[in-house]
Amino acid sequence: MAPILRSTSFLAFLVFQTSLFLFASTLPISSGSEDSYTITGRVRIPASTAIGHAAKFSNIKVVLNGGQYITFLRPDGYFTFHKVPAGTHLIEVYALGYFFSPVRVDVSARHRGKVQATLTETRRSLTELVLEPLRAEQYYEMREPFNVMSIVKSPMGLMVGFMVLVMFVMPKMMENIDPEEMNRAREEMSSQGVPSLSSLLPARR
Amino acid sequence: MAIRVYLLFLLFLSSAIVTYSLYEDQAGLMDWHQRYIGKVKHAVFHTQKTGRKRVIVSTEENVVASLDLRLGEIFWRHVLGTKDAIDGVDIALGKYVITLSSEGSTLRAWNLPDGQMVWETSLHSAQQSKSLLSVPVNLKVDKDYPILVFGGGYLHAVSAIDGEVLWKKDFTAEGFEVQRVLQPPGSRIIYVLGFVNSAEAVVYQIDSKTGEVVSQKSMEFPGGFSGGISSVSSDKVVVLDSTRSILVTIIFLDGGISFQKTRISDLVEDSGNAEILSPLLTNMLAVKVNKRTIFVRVDGEGKLEVVDSLSDETAMSDSLPVADDQEAFASIHHEGSKIHLMVKLVNDLDTVLLKESIQMDQHRGRVHKVFVNNYIRTDRSNGFRALIVMEDHSLLLLQQGAIVWSREEGLASVTDVTTAELPVEKDGVSVSKVEHTLVDWLKGHVLKLKGSLLLASPEDVAAIQEMRLKSSGRSKLTRDHNGFRKLIIALTRAGKLFALHTGDGRIVWSMLLNSPSKSEACERPSGISLYQWQVPHHHAMDENPSVLVVGRCGSDSSAPGVLSFVDVYTGKEISSSDIGHSVVQVLPLPFTDETEQRLHLIADTNGHVHLYPKTSEALSIFEREFQNVYWYTVEADDGIIRGHAMKSSCSGETADKYCFTTRELWTVVFPSESEKIISTLTRKPNEVVHTQAKVNTDQDLLYKYVSKNLLFVATVSPKGAGEISSVTPEESALVVYLIDTITGRILHRLSHQGCQGPVHAVFSENWVVYHYFNLRAHKYEVTVVEIYDQSRAENKNVWKLILGKHNLTAPISSYSRPEVFTKSQSYFFAQSVKTIAVTSTAKGITSKQLLIGTIGDQILALDKRFVDPRRTLNPSQAEKEEGIIPLTDSLPIIPQSYITHSLKVEGLRGIITAPAKLESTTHVFAYGVDLFYTRLAPSKTYDSLTDDFSYALLLITIVALVAAIYITWVLSEKKELSEKWR
Repeated sequence: MAPILRSTSFLAFLVFQTSLFLFASTLPISSGSEDSYTITGRVRIPASTAIGHAAKFSNIKVVLNGGQYITFLRPDGYFTFHKVPAGTHLIEVYALGYFFSPVRVDVSARHRGKVQATLTETRRSLTELVLEPLRAEQYYEMREPFNVMSIVKSPMGLMVGFMVLVMFVMPKMMENIDPEEMNRAREEMSSQGVPSLSSLLPARR
Repeated sequence: MAIRVYLLFLLFLSSAIVTYSLYEDQAGLMDWHQRYIGKVKHAVFHTQKTGRKRVIVSTEENVVASLDLRLGEIFWRHVLGTKDAIDGVDIALGKYVITLSSEGSTLRAWNLPDGQMVWETSLHSAQQSKSLLSVPVNLKVDKDYPILVFGGGYLHAVSAIDGEVLWKKDFTAEGFEVQRVLQPPGSRIIYVLGFVNSAEAVVYQIDSKTGEVVSQKSMEFPGGFSGGISSVSSDKVVVLDSTRSILVTIIFLDGGISFQKTRISDLVEDSGNAEILSPLLTNMLAVKVNKRTIFVRVDGEGKLEVVDSLSDETAMSDSLPVADDQEAFASIHHEGSKIHLMVKLVNDLDTVLLKESIQMDQHRGRVHKVFVNNYIRTDRSNGFRALIVMEDHSLLLLQQGAIVWSREEGLASVTDVTTAELPVEKDGVSVSKVEHTLVDWLKGHVLKLKGSLLLASPEDVAAIQEMRLKSSGRSKLTRDHNGFRKLIIALTRAGKLFALHTGDGRIVWSMLLNSPSKSEACERPSGISLYQWQVPHHHAMDENPSVLVVGRCGSDSSAPGVLSFVDVYTGKEISSSDIGHSVVQVLPLPFTDETEQRLHLIADTNGHVHLYPKTSEALSIFEREFQNVYWYTVEADDGIIRGHAMKSSCSGETADKYCFTTRELWTVVFPSESEKIISTLTRKPNEVVHTQAKVNTDQDLLYKYVSKNLLFVATVSPKGAGEISSVTPEESALVVYLIDTITGRILHRLSHQGCQGPVHAVFSENWVVYHYFNLRAHKYEVTVVEIYDQSRAENKNVWKLILGKHNLTAPISSYSRPEVFTKSQSYFFAQSVKTIAVTSTAKGITSKQLLIGTIGDQILALDKRFVDPRRTLNPSQAEKEEGIIPLTDSLPIIPQSYITHSLKVEGLRGIITAPAKLESTTHVFAYGVDLFYTRLAPSKTYDSLTDDFSYALLLITIVALVAAIYITWVLSEKKELSEKWR
């Protein structure tokens, strides 16, 4: 079913299954205005992505051409832009919690308002104008659940870890070193005047 | 090794892209959000049923909202598009809110309880005309009583159930203007009254079921009609004739038309031009003559009789039915600081049903509108509540002699914003104790630790939140060490000045601008802009800071201006003056006088500039700098930008020695057939740049071209100046320029073929970022242009810096023609943009973030590193270490970096940033219909510990370390002892 129908007068048109709009006129139309069309589409939010926030249609806005027209969704998710001239248009859907790709919509003058829709982000063309969010948006950082690693990774944890390393591993390493070499190294150090741990802590000796 | 670990760790921290992000429990700690609706145009009460009492309002900000009548809170609200102004609002079938908008061409129904749109109908329209909405009052679901909409020359009958157009009738015939559509209750006949060429009254009778014209009558009226009309009953209207001195009653009973003329001079003495006021009163009309409001009763034959007269400053409501077929209306008049609310019966003006006096804040001005609603008290008598709209746009509910609630709706139309410091905390002012004892302090931090480790129970979480709010002391009225507490001074369209506290967003003071002369022509000047007049810091510490409000008497740009100086601490007007000339442009100069008052130049329409403050000291300062004052003007319609300089004192023409004549220095003329100016922008004059040089990865130096005299101009082809997508890519091109405003030299020109506006740009330091639409790709694009100084580029080493041609001591002149070069890069951006701003910090060291206000009314913080022309597809290792992000074709939208998190700033119009004292932090204030404030740290708070910092963990670590040292000491002692024994 073509979602776009010509809406000049003399024409009764029909918008999808649920709502039947009769827009008939017996009056002559005002001349001079170019042919205008109606774009009808639908926003569908998959139930599975609706984590936390219920898919509320009442707060969703559909924007044509960066703010030229703004419309809202009906309870069944359908939206309509009236009096749209033939040409290329941009439709954006704004819903808190979701990211929708803008949609490029070509309304053909030759084919009585036939529409071609393409998602500009993914370059995927749509057979019918059913807009689905590319992804759900989480505006807050998730608090990571408590685990030991997060403490260990924190600067304080690293500090403690390093101290533990120095205290328990270093003496073990010292033990493995040849005592003579150790003495030589110590002498070298003292001759160079580099403050060593032992010189800092004379009380232990 | 430890150093290495730390280095690695720091490297990891610095290379990670810093995004603004919040945990959910941090929302509302640093930010606040206020929801408004704007100045109310129409209000419809819904109080019949038991349960929630509400009032449906439509406003000048194109908002339709449902408010809680008890508390004034918003149940739901919808902000329609900017071109979708609401013409009428009503309730149909007791469950739908019907709005008519876009000059009578869009009809929508909203579900009353939750605001969900139920149906939307586009109505045919052919010409501009009045738009009228008439909703039948009965609750019956019946196609015999459709909603009648007149707009665009057509009368439509629309079913309230599903929005189906039942029939429509063309009234676009030549010269025919429909004035009223009336449907007597219980009747199937609709009367459509209109004028042909303002001289012939025509009444159509239309069958409401089929839309067929039952009969048509017309009658010539020799004098002709003027616009004012009031329908007094279902078969009578009263109009003014074209001389505005005769009231004509048109009676169209049963298909006949008759006129009844009454001279206003017969009703009241010394009458001037009359004006019919809008309130709908049964069998009565209100006419404004000679600054008095007279009530005229219309009897069955159309005879007029004056029954009462009131002073001019009276606001009236429509009449509403009360018990026993009586109708009542409310009127409010001022007396001193009080307002008097009276509810009277329409048929008997002596019967006063209600008389109340209410103390009213002077700074709310006069009452503009009254909407009244009645309820049955427990003793079966009638009670009334009145919703009033004040001059400052605030909305108040009056009931039982008191203000039940009030909403500061003026804040929905903020036009200009500045910030101001709070007073310094003086000695003797007691500081509220934050933490009482060490035990409490420790307990609090243990709680916080539990919270951050996700071990806290819900009660603990609540306790943490409360503690955070309390402990921060953020709403105190004194300056704090970090500069987090400030005042946001906002000027609204109603001419009211508000001071908001950054801590919690409360209104510290508010002030309605007054005309200094109280003259007839200028009762209430409209505010244009706001400037920091006096920011004392060095010499004048004991002076209070003040702001300058520039206003204008009337909407015309040649109207005389008004200056008002307002003390920021107290909110009192220090002085105000009629300046006697128009205000075209206000130029704050970079000079201050002895008391730190900033010098301002105000340009008028005659090409003169006037110096303020008008003191001899200011004059002497200005005369010293006389040759160094330049400015420019943009004539967007003609495509001309002109540069001006001072010429001489205009003493030849006037005796005013503070007035100066100017001379034109240069002009830049854009070809009008191919380029139209759509956007101009300069740097913020008070922006601080930390360093002029930028070090490349290959140890190369780049000198930023940091000039305060750069103007960014964007032009598009005239065809592409409209909405996006309205042209083909071949027809439109976008050209941007960087122009030096001293010399008029064009430093840079960049053309984007196949692109069009609107252009939203931000200019900071040496770069411009702008957002526009690419028609070829059919996507939005963002381009960054950075401008560098080539002439200083050879100052590579220290010796050249000191001794080279462009060395440090060489004077920098604005007249010089430095060789500049630019770098630019473009990216796709996936959203429409309303406004862009950039963070600003005290010393300019902190990296910058772009704040992009999207059309979804959210604000995205985007690191400047994403819009860096040095980005390449495969950055080298050195570049990566410097933090250059690999090039992608589009800018990322990271949901966590929305600074508005899960909120929306409905109707977003502008974003203001101001530095805090702490270098890492910046204040961000966004305004639109809503207000939003938050504090940002673009590179995280590297110079202070965050609120989240776990002191308890630090303490535990220290304790653990001390214990470990002690234990090892004991162990080693023991070991040594045992070794010695051995």
